[in-house]
Amino acid sequence: MTWETVIGLEIHSQLKTKSKIFSGASTEFGAKANTQACAVDLGFPGVLPVLNKEAVRMALRFGLAVNATINKHSIFARKNYFYPDLPKGYQISQFEIPIVGSGTIDIPLDSGENKKVGITRAHLEEDAGKSIHDLYDDFTAIDLNRAGTPLLEIVSDPDMSNAKEAVAYAKKIHALVQYIDICDGNMQEGSFRCDANVSVRRKGEGLGTRAEIKNINSFKFLEKAINLEVERQIDILEDGGSVAQETRLYDSIKNETRSMRSKEEANDYRYFPDPDLLPVVIDDELLKNIKNGLPELPTEKKARFIDTLGLSEYDAENLTSQKAMADYFEIIIDKGADVKVSANWVMGELAASLNKNQIDIKDSPISASELYKLISRVTDNTISGKIAKDVFKIMWNEKRSVDEIIKDQGLEQMTDVGALESVIDEIISKNLDQVEQFKNGNTKLLGFFVGQVMKATQGKANPKQVNQILNDRLS
Amino acid sequence: MMHNLSIAELIKGLKNKDFSSVELTQHYLKRINESKLNAFISVTDDLALSQANEADLKIAKGDSTLLTGIPYAHKDIFCTKGVKTSAGSKMLDSFISPYDATLNHKFNLENMVMLGKTNMDEFAMGSSNENSYYGPVKNPWDLKKVPGGSSGGSAAAVASRITPFATGTDTGGSIRQPASLCGITGIKPTYGRISRYGMIAYASSLDQAGPMTQTAEDAAIVLNAMAGFDSKDSTSASKETPDYTKKLTNSLDGLLIGLPKEFFSSGLDDGVEKVVMQAIKEYEAMGAKIKEVSLPNSMHAIPTYYIVAPCECSSNLSRFDGVRYGYRCEDPKDLDDLYLRSRSEGFGKEVKRRIMIGAYALSAGYYDAYYLKAQKVRQLISEDFKKAFQSVDVIMGPVSPSTAFDLGSVKDPVSMYLADIYTLSVNLAGLPGMSIPAGFSKNLPVGLQLIGNHWSEELLLNTAHQFQLKTDWHKSTPIEL
Repeated sequence: MTWETVIGLEIHSQLKTKSKIFSGASTEFGAKANTQACAVDLGFPGVLPVLNKEAVRMALRFGLAVNATINKHSIFARKNYFYPDLPKGYQISQFEIPIVGSGTIDIPLDSGENKKVGITRAHLEEDAGKSIHDLYDDFTAIDLNRAGTPLLEIVSDPDMSNAKEAVAYAKKIHALVQYIDICDGNMQEGSFRCDANVSVRRKGEGLGTRAEIKNINSFKFLEKAINLEVERQIDILEDGGSVAQETRLYDSIKNETRSMRSKEEANDYRYFPDPDLLPVVIDDELLKNIKNGLPELPTEKKARFIDTLGLSEYDAENLTSQKAMADYFEIIIDKGADVKVSANWVMGELAASLNKNQIDIKDSPISASELYKLISRVTDNTISGKIAKDVFKIMWNEKRSVDEIIKDQGLEQMTDVGALESVIDEIISKNLDQVEQFKNGNTKLLGFFVGQVMKATQGKANPKQVNQILNDRLS
Repeated sequence: MMHNLSIAELIKGLKNKDFSSVELTQHYLKRINESKLNAFISVTDDLALSQANEADLKIAKGDSTLLTGIPYAHKDIFCTKGVKTSAGSKMLDSFISPYDATLNHKFNLENMVMLGKTNMDEFAMGSSNENSYYGPVKNPWDLKKVPGGSSGGSAAAVASRITPFATGTDTGGSIRQPASLCGITGIKPTYGRISRYGMIAYASSLDQAGPMTQTAEDAAIVLNAMAGFDSKDSTSASKETPDYTKKLTNSLDGLLIGLPKEFFSSGLDDGVEKVVMQAIKEYEAMGAKIKEVSLPNSMHAIPTYYIVAPCECSSNLSRFDGVRYGYRCEDPKDLDDLYLRSRSEGFGKEVKRRIMIGAYALSAGYYDAYYLKAQKVRQLISEDFKKAFQSVDVIMGPVSPSTAFDLGSVKDPVSMYLADIYTLSVNLAGLPGMSIPAGFSKNLPVGLQLIGNHWSEELLLNTAHQFQLKTDWHKSTPIEL
């Protein structure tokens, strides 16, 4: 039996505004519990929400970046449900008319081709607070610092057909929101969270019943959770059962999804337009200003990397996949480093070290300008490419500057021809047999001599010069 | 006597040093403490005296504004920092507000003196003040009668001259109906004219604060201090506020008054109708022209209101959950139990009824039939007024179909809802409306309702003031006072 998987994602992207979406309280992460919630966030009697215009601008930046329809007249609605971390007993969200309508985004497939994924809508809403269940034995602790933080909920069409595509889509959105500077993308702090709607069907049949997996906060978990869910649903259907429409939770420790609530238990949210807020009206002038203020988008940057810098499709995709990486790369080449050499360093040594140590490029122990210096020390023949890799490791571990390391460790390339000649002459005099063989036509032995010279100079000899002198002496 | 003076006269008295703010405040506090009307939930003696002291200092330094040192009573629906703010509910009996409503802030800037917080129907839901957790307020004209509601405490306090003026809020008639039943002047301005920030919400799209005073002139003076845009209230209007006292003396010669035929049909008490028609004659004598108008959809105002308001309140009152402030049931065994018992025990019967109606009307499958339909009818009601105001300047009619009724006499909620039949449509259309004393029927006051087009408060106050120059009804006080 051939199964097809249908996946749609809902991504909650926390907007980078200084203050909350409906109050003046700070959105700073990590403050002491309940110190960043004002009367409005706490849902005191009589308080009223006032829309943060910056959040609207950010939503519009996103809409324009995915070529979406912008609803020039959108409405905030109340989503009513009771929970202790929801102070008002309703969440202010957008329901019938979201600010951003349908748009699209391209995602790269393993095949190297691109796939267009539809974005159904993106709407503004406020976040709830946090319930902490494991702090006290008999109580649940509530931290309302997060209550009222602006979110942009980005809903995709059900266009993804496997976990890899879903991850590729999520990564694209993740990169985009950082490119347009509306979200810090920090998944550990919950600034970027995914819910996945997953269903399976037999090839050629209509859509199956979907399950929604909530609050996945890493790409790795997203892939695992979807694969587990697909497997679970196929098992049920192959055993003749039926999939229940429900909300499920991914447990990364047990590596399983489990039911949170069924459709029957689902809340009736009793949505209705929030009478405390006026409709959001967007005029053409504002839209034009925002469009003009948009930075170079990832697709534009990638095209430029290919067309102007002459990078391959693969390299350009790779380097533009994260704004911070593209920025890093561009700092290096803007200083004058060779494009291809720089690309290799960034995607090679740097990416590998970052990956191995699970460090974000923004927190890289080696700054772009330091890496540029390292690259230029190779170009100006101070050190060899091989030594440069050693220097990179020292820079990474000890956070010292390139020149300091080269000087301290005496790693400068030997470029004094006289000194090099005397080293080479000594090696020749000690290996007369090999000289004889070389002269008789065993030219492969050149490598042996180079090796000896490098050994004697601790790798500091300039390979080009060594070759030249050896060729002179041995001919 | 000092307490029979209007605000305009008190301002003069303070200015001429006939009395100090402290003397004035002491006089009113004494009257409040002797009052048997149950008009106050909290009397803030200490605060009032310290505010009065400060006001006197400001006056002495010549650093005062018009209303500096004037005492007032605040409906207990406005959040007052450091003072209990109950909204007439057991739910908020323990609630001390940590912040001030915008209105308090404005009053404080003028160094006015808050005497206390007035009794009201729980969360402003009611037309008789019998829904208060603190017991009903008595009508000063007849202690066996209701004062009207929901601003019943404010109306009774002003009528019995235990405060120079009081604040009120009007969602479906809660300023105008008690003003009518207690024989005082009250105005509900255009929706958006006065900030709702810090005013505990009942039905957000209908709620509007306003002054309750002895005279129209006083209402204009106080409205000047209350009105204006507030950046904390997205629904408040940025429209500039005029000086509401400026046009009080304009002549009414040629004023076009519309009488909606629907307001004079069956259900209207004969005695009330007689008083209203007599008042209209008074206007004719001042040169006004009378014209019949029709508000055909006003007959749908009650069902429309009783969908819209409960829907909004069912959501607005969700925050009262026993978690952060207010009433919490004893020993909750789990979260559901905490919610269920805190809300069941903390809310009164009428509040629970409206929450249930609203939750039902908003639920999936019913939303279109109730909420959406009500919004459409609301639009039709607005259009009726719009049409009427193309041919008249002011609409007049009764405020309430009857005079004050006996405490405990109206047991059926729907009959109680009928008490607001002439006032609800004004809120649904967001228009300004006013009640002024127009006479008596069987020794009980009868109010005349004045309804204006959007932002026509100046004309309404002018129309009311001219009537009060020709009549003395607003000067009548209950006999035992």
